[in-house]
Amino acid sequence: MSDAERPTEGGTGDDFEPIQVFPEAEEMDLRPGADNCYKCSTCDTNCPVAEVDDEFPGPKFQGPEQWRLKRQDDHDVDDSVMKCSNCMRCDSACPSDVPLSQMHNTARGEYVDERMDTFSREYVRNRILANYRRLAPLGSMFPRTTNFVMGLSATQWLGEKLLGITSEREFPSFATETFREWWDKRGGAAASRKRAQEARERRGGDATSKLRAEDPRARRDQDSSASRGGTSDRTEPKRIAYFHGCYSNYNTPEVAKSLVRVYEHFGYEIVVPDQHCSGTPMFANGMIDDARRSAETNVRELAAALEDGADIVASCSSCSMSLRQEYPELFDLAGIEDVAANTWDAVEYLRVHEDLEAELEGSTVEDDLSFAYHAPCHARNQGLDGQTIELLSRIDGVEAHDVGDSCSGISGTYGWKAENYDTSMKIGAEMFEHMADANADTGLTECPTCSMQMEHGTGYEITHTLEVLDAALVGTETEGRTQ
Amino acid sequence: MAIEDDVLVIGGGLAGATAALAAADQGGRVRLVSAKQSTLRHASGLIDVLGYTPSGEGPLSDPFAAIPDLPRGHPYERVGPDAVHEALDFFDAIAGDAYAGAGTESNALVMTFGGTVKPTARYPTATAAGLASDDRDALLVGFETLPDFDAPLSAAHLESAGVPFAVRGVTVRFPGLARDDAKLTRYAHLLDRDERVSAAGGSGAREALAATVEPHVAGASRVGFPAVLGDERADEVRADLADRLGAEVFEVPMGPPSLPGVRLEELLYDALSDAGVRVTTGVPVVDYEPDAEGAGRIDRVVVDRNGTDVPHRADQYVLATGGLVGKGVRSDRERVFEPIFDCHVPHPADRYDWFVDDAFGDQPYAKFGLPVDRDLRPLDATGDPEFANLRAAGAIVGGYDFAAEKSGAGVSLATGSVAGRGAGAEVNDR
Repeated sequence: MSDAERPTEGGTGDDFEPIQVFPEAEEMDLRPGADNCYKCSTCDTNCPVAEVDDEFPGPKFQGPEQWRLKRQDDHDVDDSVMKCSNCMRCDSACPSDVPLSQMHNTARGEYVDERMDTFSREYVRNRILANYRRLAPLGSMFPRTTNFVMGLSATQWLGEKLLGITSEREFPSFATETFREWWDKRGGAAASRKRAQEARERRGGDATSKLRAEDPRARRDQDSSASRGGTSDRTEPKRIAYFHGCYSNYNTPEVAKSLVRVYEHFGYEIVVPDQHCSGTPMFANGMIDDARRSAETNVRELAAALEDGADIVASCSSCSMSLRQEYPELFDLAGIEDVAANTWDAVEYLRVHEDLEAELEGSTVEDDLSFAYHAPCHARNQGLDGQTIELLSRIDGVEAHDVGDSCSGISGTYGWKAENYDTSMKIGAEMFEHMADANADTGLTECPTCSMQMEHGTGYEITHTLEVLDAALVGTETEGRTQ
Repeated sequence: MAIEDDVLVIGGGLAGATAALAAADQGGRVRLVSAKQSTLRHASGLIDVLGYTPSGEGPLSDPFAAIPDLPRGHPYERVGPDAVHEALDFFDAIAGDAYAGAGTESNALVMTFGGTVKPTARYPTATAAGLASDDRDALLVGFETLPDFDAPLSAAHLESAGVPFAVRGVTVRFPGLARDDAKLTRYAHLLDRDERVSAAGGSGAREALAATVEPHVAGASRVGFPAVLGDERADEVRADLADRLGAEVFEVPMGPPSLPGVRLEELLYDALSDAGVRVTTGVPVVDYEPDAEGAGRIDRVVVDRNGTDVPHRADQYVLATGGLVGKGVRSDRERVFEPIFDCHVPHPADRYDWFVDDAFGDQPYAKFGLPVDRDLRPLDATGDPEFANLRAAGAIVGGYDFAAEKSGAGVSLATGSVAGRGAGAEVNDR
């Protein structure tokens, strides 16, 4: 019966009793999400893969339509689901809150479980790519040798022939010292506590009060904000737990070191909990069980850090995306909601808990620099796409140009697969052109694989926003930077 | 500590973008927060001002002549006719060459994909050769794989509506597309980049499309396509096709998702970027905190970023979150409400009085929205402003039925620019 017909004479609402039409869901119930889709197809116009690849039927099909098709058990998950790059742009496109990426992740997991031969080359290759975190420690043990071997054209040729990993790309090199090695050598959390304490004392004195007196916005704020980690009390310890992820540990420890310096500058003591991969590459390859195992470790360790009064920050936009959104969408683990609600992008956290903008105002870097900035899709989905340009415009001598809202095309492990390489480069074409037009000194982004694609497609050297903030706020004096 | 700005605009559609641009014109620091990507992708891209009166008279050739007679409470009555003029001038300056009709007071009649004729004040340049008042003969081209636009049916509709020209429709296969449900962006991308299409002997997509259509032109001096002719390089695509076909080429505006809507979105967001407006999209405003000192002011709003509450504070706020479709106004079985600030939304207590049985009748729900004063401040049940520092713009404002009147874009522009200008000016007066 339709709502539009009056069910009984007289009252409305009072005698309405909902009845259970469908049996209790035993697994994740995606029906409400599927029912919310009113087929406007806005998601399809945002899909970077569908725009360049005729064979990809788009997010609306992969999500709500495929979910419906499968209800009757006579349809398997379509193999085109493996062409989804998991950029998650469809999520923020949907005006009706359909959880598209959750549906894609679920369908992909089901496809891999039920339809993929675990002895197939594709499965083995995907498992290797998804579990980069397990292999990286080996490479990192003998970084120079590994970098040499991985750089050999013979290795690349073999990678393509044996595993279907494109030989067009150069493997990222391993750092000679991982971030965690550096962190331990530096004295770990104890040393950080001491440095943070010193910074708070220094800031508690002259610098901050002067700064706050000059800035009317900060003055207005002084009496009203006293949330955890807030700016009101200068001597209280402030603590963050850093989720560095794999890439800034093994490959770009300079990003992680910059985070440490910037946070200590603001008087935060940093703890670096034990952690595994965030799960992003595993979701993208449908390896949900692997992702769950990683999530169990991460949630346990990060929840413990929360108990100790730390908030969680991440420097990689896909790691923060995963902890914030994919974890609670896909797994049911104790404390997972709490971890998600208290995880922040590292720059956003300072934006909200400190007056980062006022602090940057008028700061300088050693040499004037212009940047071609690409906002990663996973940052865009967290509403962070404008943040970097807003902040960098405060630094004297720094210019940052946004190169537009197109996807870089690599999407983690996606562009590493030989069969996706051309699609990946076609998606990236618009960004490459805009980067070339920007005519900047350096490329800038917060996503490790976007940076690989930016470098690969344009030849720009790529840096991370935290490194720029480090240069502007901390400069070169405080700590030996030869590492 | 909150993220601080002078003016915070909530909502990223035409009204929100206009409000942000108008506020930025006053010199303050402005931020626009949009829950999702802008819903302009649903918009036809046409800028309607008033096509029909609330009592259904029309199509109107001069919308401005009808504005003084609009009922009390209509958004145009609230802001006054001069504000509507100024808003259109404001839009014309932003749109530049991308839109036609600038500077005129009267409505143009544009062909729609259903074969009807729609009165509108401004229209994309891509549609300019498709006016129904133009007496040149036309050919409409549809694609087998885009069933939304049935060109022969649309042509027949137009002929029976008595348009002053001969019009034919033909359906062809879009060259080089392998699948039947290729996305809109795929068509545009093929033409934008003039990709080689293997199905057509390896020629570029534009050449292949022109070759497919050319035999059907047969003397028509203009050829209309569904609005898929390129995105970033749409002007170039159209000119190239016109050159090859020896006829003017135009786009027929389509339903959602709509490339003219996407292009309008790009136009506005480029203008926002040029004006220094800070834009945060994909995250909804979910709550607010009143000023601790009372005085009926909003202190800050709470933005939900994937589960984390992020406070944003401004001196002035503009609410442009849309109507029932855009979810700026919501309803449940008990009531109709505005979800962020719980502003007063007048509506009958009995929900069976929210609608009439005739689907195309005078639907009460279509006019649900916030009552506002002449400064566009939402009013509570007693007629006083809900907050001293909140203004409303666009479809969230009540008292009009944009779908029936064809006034959606005009109201968004007029209320957006008045609200944005008011908010920006108040920051300066502080």
